[in-house]
Amino acid sequence: MNAIPAPILMMENVTVDFDGFKAVNDVSLSLSPGELRILIGPNGAGKSTICDTIIGRVRATSGRITFKDHNITNLAEQEIVRLGICRKFQTPGVLPTLTVMQNLLVAARKNRAWWRALTTSVPADELASAEEILEKIGLTDRREIIAADLAHGEKQWLEIGMVVATDADLLLLDEPTAGMGPQDTQRTADLILSLLGRHAVLVIDHDMSFVEALNGYTTVLHQGQVLKEGTVAEVRADAQVAAVYLGRAKE
Amino acid sequence: MKLSAKHYVGAAVLLFGAFAPLIINPYELSLLGRFLALSILAMGIMLIWGEGGILSLGQGVFFGLGGYALALHLKLEGLDIANGDMPDFMTWSGVSALPYFWYPFANPWFSLACVVLIPGAVAAAFSWLVFRRRIGGVYFALITQALALAFSTLLISQQAYTGGFNGLTDYSTFDGFDITSTGAAQVIYWITFAFVVAAYFTLRWLLSTRWGIMLRATRDGENRVRFLGHNPLPYKVGAFTIAGILAGIGGALFTLHAGVVSPALVGVVPSIEMVVWVALGGRNVLWGAIAGTLLVNFAKDQISSALPSLWLYGLGALFIFAVSFLPAGIAGLFKPGSPEERVYRRILNRRKLETAE
Repeated sequence: MNAIPAPILMMENVTVDFDGFKAVNDVSLSLSPGELRILIGPNGAGKSTICDTIIGRVRATSGRITFKDHNITNLAEQEIVRLGICRKFQTPGVLPTLTVMQNLLVAARKNRAWWRALTTSVPADELASAEEILEKIGLTDRREIIAADLAHGEKQWLEIGMVVATDADLLLLDEPTAGMGPQDTQRTADLILSLLGRHAVLVIDHDMSFVEALNGYTTVLHQGQVLKEGTVAEVRADAQVAAVYLGRAKE
Repeated sequence: MKLSAKHYVGAAVLLFGAFAPLIINPYELSLLGRFLALSILAMGIMLIWGEGGILSLGQGVFFGLGGYALALHLKLEGLDIANGDMPDFMTWSGVSALPYFWYPFANPWFSLACVVLIPGAVAAAFSWLVFRRRIGGVYFALITQALALAFSTLLISQQAYTGGFNGLTDYSTFDGFDITSTGAAQVIYWITFAFVVAAYFTLRWLLSTRWGIMLRATRDGENRVRFLGHNPLPYKVGAFTIAGILAGIGGALFTLHAGVVSPALVGVVPSIEMVVWVALGGRNVLWGAIAGTLLVNFAKDQISSALPSLWLYGLGALFIFAVSFLPAGIAGLFKPGSPEERVYRRILNRRKLETAE
C-alpha cells in the first residue's frame, strides 16, 4: 500500500583505506527522509570515519555515497553542507566568544554569501527559526550568555541547535551525549526524537542507555564492517554483538 | 540615546585631537601626528589579530608599500623627468635613466591611488594564496615574518632604485604645495586625524555587522563555520586586505610626517613592535589599539633618547607582561571580563595546568 520512500542517503559498498588499514570496509547503509538511525560499535569500529566520509572530510577509497540523488562521494565539504547535511562533532564545536543567540544566527544564515553579511539586520525568518530552536534546546533564558560560559551539556545542546538551524535534511550527531550525566542524556534523547520527521538523523554513540532511550533502528559496526542491523532489542539479543561489544559495556 | 560618561570622554578626546595643533607645540604635534598615523595601522592589527585571530608579523610590509608609493612621487616632485632629471640618490648610484616603474608616480593622483591599491592588492593576493591552502596560526605568522624580512632585504639590495638602506627622504612639495612649513604640518596632522576617525568609525560599523560576527565566528572555530556551510576565506582575506590598506594609509601619512621612509621602518623588528602596541593597548577594542600605539611610541621617544640600549628590553618586558597578565590589554581594564579576555585567560590557565602536570 505505502510506497517505500526513496532513501535520502545511500552508502553503497563504501571502503576507506588509510594506507592499508581499512577503517571502513564495504559498508552499505541507507536512510529514509525523517528517519532515525543509530550507529554503534566499540572504539575504532569506524563510526566517526563513516561520518567523516559522508561530510567529505575523508574520501572513500571505493564505493559511492548518494544524497538526495546527488553523488556526493567526491564533493567539496561546503557543497555537501549546502545540499543539506550538517554534522555535530564529538567535542562541542560551539563558537565560544559568541552568545548563544549569535551562535544560532551564524548557523541559520540562509544566504551564505559574505557580502550579504555586511548589515546589522537579521532577516525575520532567520530570527524566528533561531528563537524556535532556542526554545527546543531549552536555552531561551541563556540566549545572551557567551557559549564559553555554558555548562557542558548545554554546549552539546547548543551545537545540536546549530546543526538544526542550518535546516539540513540530514543531521549527523557524533556522540551527542559524551560526558553527560543520566538526566542530560535523557533530555538529549528527547531533543533528538523531537527533530525526527523534519530531519533525518544519524546518531553515533556507544552509551547503551542513550541508545535505548532513542530506541531507533540500529546498525552495529565492528572493525569497519556492519555486524548487525535491527531494532535496539534485536541488537541487544544478538549473541555476536554481545560478544564484541555489549558484553564488554555491561560488565 | 542616553549619554554616558563614555560619550563625554570620547567627545573630549575628539575635541582635543581636532584642536591639538592649536594646543601643543610643533614638536609634540609632529610626534602625535606620526603616532596617530601608526595607530591607523594598529587598528588593522586589532581587526585581523583580535577579531580575526590572524597574527601577522609582517604589517611593516604594507606600511612600507604605502609609504614608498607616496615617497616615489615626493622624490619626483619638481624634477623635469622628461629631460632626464632623476632623484639625487640615483645619480649617486650611477643610474643612467629613471627606471620605468618610477614614471607613473610622477602623477600625484596615481601615487595616492597606489597608497591604497598596492598594499590592498598585495594583502589580498598574499592572504588568499595562504589561507586557501588552510595555512594558519603560527605558520602564517612565520610566513608573514619572512615576508617582512624579504621585503626589507629587497629594498636595501636595490639601492639604485629604492634608495637602499637610507630609504627615500628629503621631500619638499606635494603637487606644488610646500609640505615642510609649520602650517603644512598642521594640515597633514588634520588629514591624519581625519583618517584615524574615519578608520575608527568604519571598523566599528564593520565589526557590528553580521560580517563582524562571521569574522569572530571564524576565529572561534574555523572548522565549525566551514561545516555550517560557510566559506571562511572571504572573511579572513577581507579582514587581511582591510588591515593591509590601513597599514598602507598609515605608512603614507607617516612618511609625510617623518619626511622619510626607509627599510628600517618596514622590517621584522618594527613589524613585531606593531603587534606589541596592540597587545598592550588591547586587541579587541579599537581605542585600545590607538591608545597602545600612542603610549608605547611616546614611551619609546622618551626612553630611547635617554637610555637607547634599554628600549628593546623594555619593549620585550612590556610584551611578556601584557600577554601573561593583561591578555585583553589596557582596554581590558576598562571592560573586565569581556568574552575574549575570558577565553584568553582560560588558555593561559590551561597552559599553566599542562606545565604543572
